[in-house]
Amino acid sequence: MTSIPELSDKTKQRGKLSRAIYDARIRSAIIQALTLFTVVALLFWLTRNTMINLQARNLSAGFGFLDVSAGFGIGFTLIPYKEGDTYLRVFAVGIMNTLLVAVVAIALSTVFGVLVGLARLSTNWIIAAVARSYVEIIRNTPLLLQIIAWYFGVFNLLPRPRQSMEITGGFVLNNRGFYLPGPVVEAGFTLWLGILAVSVIGAIALYIWAARRLERTGQSFPAILTGLGIVILVPLLAFLVLGSPLSWDMPELKGLNYVGGITVPPSFCALIVALSAYTSCFIAEIIRSGIQSVSKGQLEAAGALNLPANWTLRRVVMPQAMRVIIPPLISQYLNVTKNSSLAIAIGFPDLVSVWMNTSLNQSGRAIPIVAMTMGFYCAVSLSVSAVMNIYNKRVQLKER
Amino acid sequence: MKRILLTGAALAALNATPVFAQETLATVEERGILNCQVGLPTPGFYALAEDGTWSGMDVDLCRGVSAAIFGDPDKVEYQSVTSAVRFTALANAESDMLSRTTTWTAVRDTQLGLDFTTVNFYDGQGFLVPADSGITSALELDGGVICVLTGTTTELNLADYFRANEMSFTPVTNENVNVLVETYLGGGCDAYTNDKSGLAARRSAFPSPDEHILLPETVSKEPLGPVVRQGDDAWANLVRWVIFGMINAEELGVSSENVDEMATSTDPNIARLLGSEGNIGEGLGVKPTFMIDVIKMVGNYGELYEKHIGANTPIGIPREGTLNALWTEGGIIYAPPFR
Repeated sequence: MTSIPELSDKTKQRGKLSRAIYDARIRSAIIQALTLFTVVALLFWLTRNTMINLQARNLSAGFGFLDVSAGFGIGFTLIPYKEGDTYLRVFAVGIMNTLLVAVVAIALSTVFGVLVGLARLSTNWIIAAVARSYVEIIRNTPLLLQIIAWYFGVFNLLPRPRQSMEITGGFVLNNRGFYLPGPVVEAGFTLWLGILAVSVIGAIALYIWAARRLERTGQSFPAILTGLGIVILVPLLAFLVLGSPLSWDMPELKGLNYVGGITVPPSFCALIVALSAYTSCFIAEIIRSGIQSVSKGQLEAAGALNLPANWTLRRVVMPQAMRVIIPPLISQYLNVTKNSSLAIAIGFPDLVSVWMNTSLNQSGRAIPIVAMTMGFYCAVSLSVSAVMNIYNKRVQLKER
Repeated sequence: MKRILLTGAALAALNATPVFAQETLATVEERGILNCQVGLPTPGFYALAEDGTWSGMDVDLCRGVSAAIFGDPDKVEYQSVTSAVRFTALANAESDMLSRTTTWTAVRDTQLGLDFTTVNFYDGQGFLVPADSGITSALELDGGVICVLTGTTTELNLADYFRANEMSFTPVTNENVNVLVETYLGGGCDAYTNDKSGLAARRSAFPSPDEHILLPETVSKEPLGPVVRQGDDAWANLVRWVIFGMINAEELGVSSENVDEMATSTDPNIARLLGSEGNIGEGLGVKPTFMIDVIKMVGNYGELYEKHIGANTPIGIPREGTLNALWTEGGIIYAPPFR
């Protein structure tokens, strides 16, 4: 008789255990714990293994080299750098140069991509055909090839310094680079910057006020046009009143090359042109597909309401097209950032060229340098996609 | 491509089984092939013919080591690697030795897991400029745009030289010497800087070599020589003594033409070199008469020099009166005795 309660206890226990296994929450907790353990163990194993092997090969490891003087020159820097500076400084120079390329290329390729994308939708047969062949030719050839072609085929073939092409007002183009007048700050410039900031804030406030008024009363106000007027006219007047607090340092031919102003090396020009042209093709297709995704009925409805043409585009077509456009656009922006590392082929000192190539080779610290480079690209990509995702959330279909 | 290589190198460093550095000779013998790393093809030092065969001063060192091990100079696989990844490739055992005009420096010798064996060419850095530029001295290059190979000692010396002379310059860098030379020839830089031997070698392949002049200044010392992985002293010894053997052979008048007669020489110095006396080969792990094979199949140091880069070649670097003459003739090419 005593055996029966025992039996029932066992059955109960078994029941508990099997219920635990089939309980989704407990099961997922177990799987997560196992995954975490595996990842941590893998990382530990990788690090330990690396250290052991580095030692076995008599290779120096660690980040101590960052304080050591690098000792080589860099052809183009945004932040001050001289030959005696440390490797850490080189890393910073590389990051700045890569970010510069990414920002400029993203801006140019977006503007150009939108134009080409709209041109592809043009009812004018010639414009549409030109846009189409531009897209098909450029996006179907390798980017690396295009970068090299622009470098050797165009910028390296420009006239030499003594026969430079002098474009007006201190803009000079030759095969050593593109020279621009450099701004020199003078007294009163900070005040002018303040006025500029105030007028920008004012324009934004005006825009918000106009949007609210539109919602409240249905009356529209040309906020964008007025705002642009404020942002341009007020600082311009202030600039003249303050007696031009900014002067220009003109590039001049001195000795072998032009001196003064801002110098942009040919490798930068080639890289920007190639990257922007290549990416703009993909962006053009994204824009075109986004606009075409808006159903014809929407346009007809806007027409039936007698909305003006620019309102139809701004308030009906674009908000809906954006939903289709933004996600692939994020990928393109990420691609530009990563593709900028092809700069190494023509020697533009971006992060990969100056850090993962030159510094790695001069210092011999492969592991820390590769890790730092990967960390940087990962961080940039994650932040670009974070920002774009926030924007994407805003333009997404709001289900109420 | 380079990024793939680098990532590969980084991954290889994570590999679980460490390479046992002491066993290079055994590994090479078992493989039956010597993996010898050279650079991107450069006339005179490591030139690549149209039929895919390599030749040159540094290539012949690989051939010499192959002859010493196998009795056959052609059991070599040549790996052409850019200078930026050369040390990683060697440290990861992708190659057994590196013979490619590499400068011996303290940092490289002590921190990269490498061992320099000896010097086979004493070089110095110079500048090449177009003759019509009117530049006659490196001191006139202030404010200039200078083409330089990245990841080289040249890149560092360039910065040092301009700093020391309080001049400014803008470097145009690339890891690919061909891209750099194209840039220079297109006028993208005022001067191209490299080791003088390298400049002479490159210039010999220009469409019109006469239109470019080497500036007189030598701004650095560049002792070039073959490199092996650190930690295998026996292997370093073998590479080192093959070169010492070639130098001793020239000093003793043993050449590829007379080595057969010399093999029976009664001169004890020659007898030890060629293995009829003593047991030097044994200590190196090769047969006693290994230097006969090396000299017969490849040549002595002087023969290599004249054949590949001497005054009668397109490279045309005269040897007489330079550091690269034998010590008995006023130079500093000097090998410890074979005894």
